[in-house]
Amino acid sequence: MRFSFGDREIEVEPGQSIGAALIAAGYRSWRTTRGEGAPRGVFCGIGVCFDCLVVVNGRPNQRACLTDARPGDRIEPQEGAGRAGLAC
Amino acid sequence: MPASPADLAVLGAGPAGLAAAAAASRAGANVVVIDGNSRVGGQYWRHRDGDTGRGHHHWSVLTGLRAAVPEFLGGHQVWHVERIGDGFAVHTSGGEVRCRALIVATGAYDRQLPFPGWTLPGVFTAGGAQALLKGHGVTAGRRIVVAGTGPFLLPVAAGLADAGAHVVGVFEAGSPRGFVRHPGALLANPGKLGEGAGYLRTLMRHRIPYRTRTTVAAAHGTESVSSATVATLDADWRVLRRREVECDAIAVGYGFTPQLEIPLQLGCATRLDADGSLVARADDQQRATVPGVYLAGEVCGVGGAPLSLVEGELAGLHAAWTTIGAAPDNARVGRLLRRRRANRAFAAALHDAHPVRPGWLTWLDGQTQLCRCEEVTVDRVRESIVDLGATDTRAVKLLARPGMGLCQGRVCGYATSCFVADACGRQPTEQDLLGVAARPIAQPVTLGELARD
Repeated sequence: MRFSFGDREIEVEPGQSIGAALIAAGYRSWRTTRGEGAPRGVFCGIGVCFDCLVVVNGRPNQRACLTDARPGDRIEPQEGAGRAGLAC
Repeated sequence: MPASPADLAVLGAGPAGLAAAAAASRAGANVVVIDGNSRVGGQYWRHRDGDTGRGHHHWSVLTGLRAAVPEFLGGHQVWHVERIGDGFAVHTSGGEVRCRALIVATGAYDRQLPFPGWTLPGVFTAGGAQALLKGHGVTAGRRIVVAGTGPFLLPVAAGLADAGAHVVGVFEAGSPRGFVRHPGALLANPGKLGEGAGYLRTLMRHRIPYRTRTTVAAAHGTESVSSATVATLDADWRVLRRREVECDAIAVGYGFTPQLEIPLQLGCATRLDADGSLVARADDQQRATVPGVYLAGEVCGVGGAPLSLVEGELAGLHAAWTTIGAAPDNARVGRLLRRRRANRAFAAALHDAHPVRPGWLTWLDGQTQLCRCEEVTVDRVRESIVDLGATDTRAVKLLARPGMGLCQGRVCGYATSCFVADACGRQPTEQDLLGVAARPIAQPVTLGELARD
């Protein structure tokens, strides 16, 4: 089972979250902060901290640690508030 | 939405919630259990599909409770609970659930103390590293430093080592020798001691050093963590010596913070517990101070799974009594109250042996972020106190914005309260913690979901 992350294909086991699969694939961060553009990834791992936000099939602000990966998902890193394309 | 309200809605499917639901359901009540996770078990029994319980404690208890819970709404994030008539409306990401009485068993998450570099990717909460492993079969890194305070660091390190990660060391900021001051609490809970000894044996087998009065006081790296400053500490946690160790992950935690959004939304009274956490008040029947609301597990004081199971069972029995009139057996309630007392004494001994000492404030520099979400630095918080005259956490929050970001102060609330109190020359109070704990909306919810609700 696979999903795409940018231009890479990521292997994922059933029931694994997007965040866990990205960490297993060697990634540490996939989001930059709104203020300083600093890199962030999973911190709390249980949906509390919102550090691991990611864009899932075009929807920004999804918690990678809580969102189960589904085959064929298109996952993209999130910059800032994740609304760059909406000019708001 | 069910046509008629359930007798009971249980929020949280960890040990406390499952024990409550099982007890109430067996007493004849119509019970629905709601959890944000798609699987039952909470953080304690976090598992994967097909998990056979290897590496889990008391797995047979989970399977027994799961069989006794008829209706489980998994993947339902509760964002608000309101009183409607004699009952409650529970608003979740999956729709509204009506109930006559409510059992709140929402558990706790890792308590954090900030340090320079703690926002670098590769720094995880201890529970986060544990969740990745137990819930997803992924180790947080290859060379991992485990640090903080409390007995939870031991299973985290042991699990990571058994899964093949190189655990560089377990660095316990406290000095758990204080534990021997509580012989009664220890002798009444032999099971917990055996569990701890088992983890220590695992650490020895993997040749993992366990050091007390030691912690991670800084993390270093550019895009992610490449090393940690491991500091030896004095009794107040001021740094005595520093050394740098290479690592690609740090798992850190300083106890737990109970998840109190729902009790606070409903107006339940709180108190400051022995570990410095804000907890909701519960009586001998696990009743909150608000009619119809019962509490079980970490929300009324961090105490671990065995205590949560006892409190859950008590809450379930009494809630079934008030909703459907099923009187509980007196002898059973008496036994549960005795076990609650023994488990609480053990928890109090643990809190006493693992206090957070104020010297952690000296690890910070002006650019350390107290609030990760809004990227609020120590300097900006200090400015709101020294230049703008704030004297409590709530005023600091309004002036400098710590706790105003996506997590709504869950991660930084405790540390910010400690920082503000210290800067004002006093101890953190219940009011300080309340100022960053009230969240009228417990989970982010889209306007679309609001419109549907």
